[in-house]
Amino acid sequence: MPSFLKEFFKRNGVGMGSLMLGLVLFWTIGLIILPQLSMLDFSFRPNLPPPEIGGPKDVYTLENYKYLIFGPEGGSQDYNAVDLRVFFRTLVAAVCVTVFNLIFCYPIAYYLAQTKGNHIRIFALMLIIPYWINEILRAFALRIIFGETGVLNNLFVGLGIFDTPFDFIRNDIALYAGLGYAYILLMIFPIYNVIESLDRNQIEAARDMGASWPMIHRRVVIPYAKPGISSGCTMVFMLSAGALAAPQILGGPSSLWFTQLIYQQFNDNSDWPQGAAYAVVLLVTCILLVLAIMRLFKVNMGDIGK
Amino acid sequence: MSAGVGVDLENLWIRFGDFVAVRDANVKINGGDFFSFLGPSGCGKTTILRAVSGFLEPSEGNVLIGGNNMRGIGPNKRPTALIFQNLALFPLMKVWENITFSMEIKGASAKERRKRADELLDMIALPGQGDKLPSELSGGQRQRVAIARALCAEPDVLLLDEPLSALDLKLRQHMRTELREIQQRVGITFIYITHDQGEALTMSDNIAVMKAGVIDQIADGKTIYNDPATAFAASFVGENNVFRGKVKRIMGDEALISTNRSGDLVARISSANQGKMAEGDDAMMFIRPEAFALAPNGATGDHFITARVNHEEFEGNVFNIFMEGEGGKELKVSIPNLGQSFEDHTGQNITLEYETQNAVAVPAGELAAE
Repeated sequence: MPSFLKEFFKRNGVGMGSLMLGLVLFWTIGLIILPQLSMLDFSFRPNLPPPEIGGPKDVYTLENYKYLIFGPEGGSQDYNAVDLRVFFRTLVAAVCVTVFNLIFCYPIAYYLAQTKGNHIRIFALMLIIPYWINEILRAFALRIIFGETGVLNNLFVGLGIFDTPFDFIRNDIALYAGLGYAYILLMIFPIYNVIESLDRNQIEAARDMGASWPMIHRRVVIPYAKPGISSGCTMVFMLSAGALAAPQILGGPSSLWFTQLIYQQFNDNSDWPQGAAYAVVLLVTCILLVLAIMRLFKVNMGDIGK
Repeated sequence: MSAGVGVDLENLWIRFGDFVAVRDANVKINGGDFFSFLGPSGCGKTTILRAVSGFLEPSEGNVLIGGNNMRGIGPNKRPTALIFQNLALFPLMKVWENITFSMEIKGASAKERRKRADELLDMIALPGQGDKLPSELSGGQRQRVAIARALCAEPDVLLLDEPLSALDLKLRQHMRTELREIQQRVGITFIYITHDQGEALTMSDNIAVMKAGVIDQIADGKTIYNDPATAFAASFVGENNVFRGKVKRIMGDEALISTNRSGDLVARISSANQGKMAEGDDAMMFIRPEAFALAPNGATGDHFITARVNHEEFEGNVFNIFMEGEGGKELKVSIPNLGQSFEDHTGQNITLEYETQNAVAVPAGELAAE
């Protein structure tokens, strides 16, 4: 037995230690790794009717991946333009949502972390309470706000800012607002946690030496908050690229999210291998993108967990 | 050394809600002085420093730096640099970047900054350490980096908020000398905040003794030690034995005090209180442990004290005798160890004498907490 395991059992006792270890292993292996592996396995198999599964036709193939790039065999186009466009649009949109979220949440997190007093708790509570409401209900509420006869349009038309109602939904504004709003807390809290441990004297020292506020943030606060920022950005990016409810409810009729394509493959087309392949491509691309950006900004994997 | 820029506090009041942190402070700090605010924690000395550096606007009164009123001028626009108690070095910047941060703000090139950093690192005796991170330096080295960082901004006034309190004793004593040397070399005004009277006495040209938001006395160290203006100053700065009583008779600049326990004793009225004490007033008399000498047994008079010895200890340079004092507080006497034989007096009554000039009488007042 390796020494860290021995130490672990010594500290927690054999009974409690085995229980904890068992639960953690069940969680990681049983609920995360195995399903993902089976998904990976699916993605390399042809879509066969149940009697043929395990038969001579059930062999590993790259067909499902090819489909994403080249479309159906003998199709009219050289590339699967529709699905690829949705794929890249989803990634770009997720990046935009992440950047927008960061710009919006950093000041809030900084304010929460550096201000003392009871009103801060109330403020934090006001951020948290809306999350007691189901995600789908929240999305529908936003749809009501952004709809053609919704609160915003009534307000703007009433004030005479718009002549006719603006279609927030067709223009994807509702979608971005919904995605941004859905993950605000996941951006705010990691940044808040890091900035809260920043010594106020450092800000004052910089100020005392003549630094302007933008300079203080650029040189003192943001470098310090980098682990929190990268942790928040990673979560928001991953979750918005993989979001389903918000695009489904708030997306315009012409704009599909890549997850909706995956959903269609699984649900409407009953083509699980195809859906699995799409899901794997999305997952791997997102991970690579995150790793590349972490490398660009010199963030270590260990920092994310801080 | 009068070339430096002076700092004046005029009728300065600082309130936090109902709490008065600083009460009507009037201080004139000469340019090029090493000036200390000395007081126990919570006496308002850091508040004064924050008002001078600009992090705090006084409720009333003015802070003048070089004769210019600083009201409405933010900390980034004042000719001051502050050294924080915890130093507040930037942990993610290298030492040289830390030191030259004020130049970076003004847009100096990296080459210029590097050159200046090397000069300052030489000055603080840390040559070649510029590429380290602050966390890789020792406490004393970090201390010096903080000083260099503050000096790099070329301030007219350097403000120091108990910067030595985190260091161990040896290093603290060494840094006292070093700070004083740096101050004399750069010739700018230093304002130093401390609760350590040793630091204040060794480094300062002038000291303001503070208690609960009030400045009790402003004078040079010798005057504060030998001629305290208040009971608080007498008991806070250095060790002192207190005798409570009433003024029995005033004789010029001396007073005969009828003490609660030791009979009538004569003392010099401290300069600040001459002409202000009258017969019948409550008074306190202070005699330092080192101002006593053993007297032949049985002598009586107005500069002799007889009391029972509780215990004695040998401290190396002195023999300490602890005698029964008033109010449960012991009377401490320190006899210099000059190699003489020293008999144990424990349990005996012994008589001590002092010279009148070494006993100081002030009006009764609050004593410093132990």
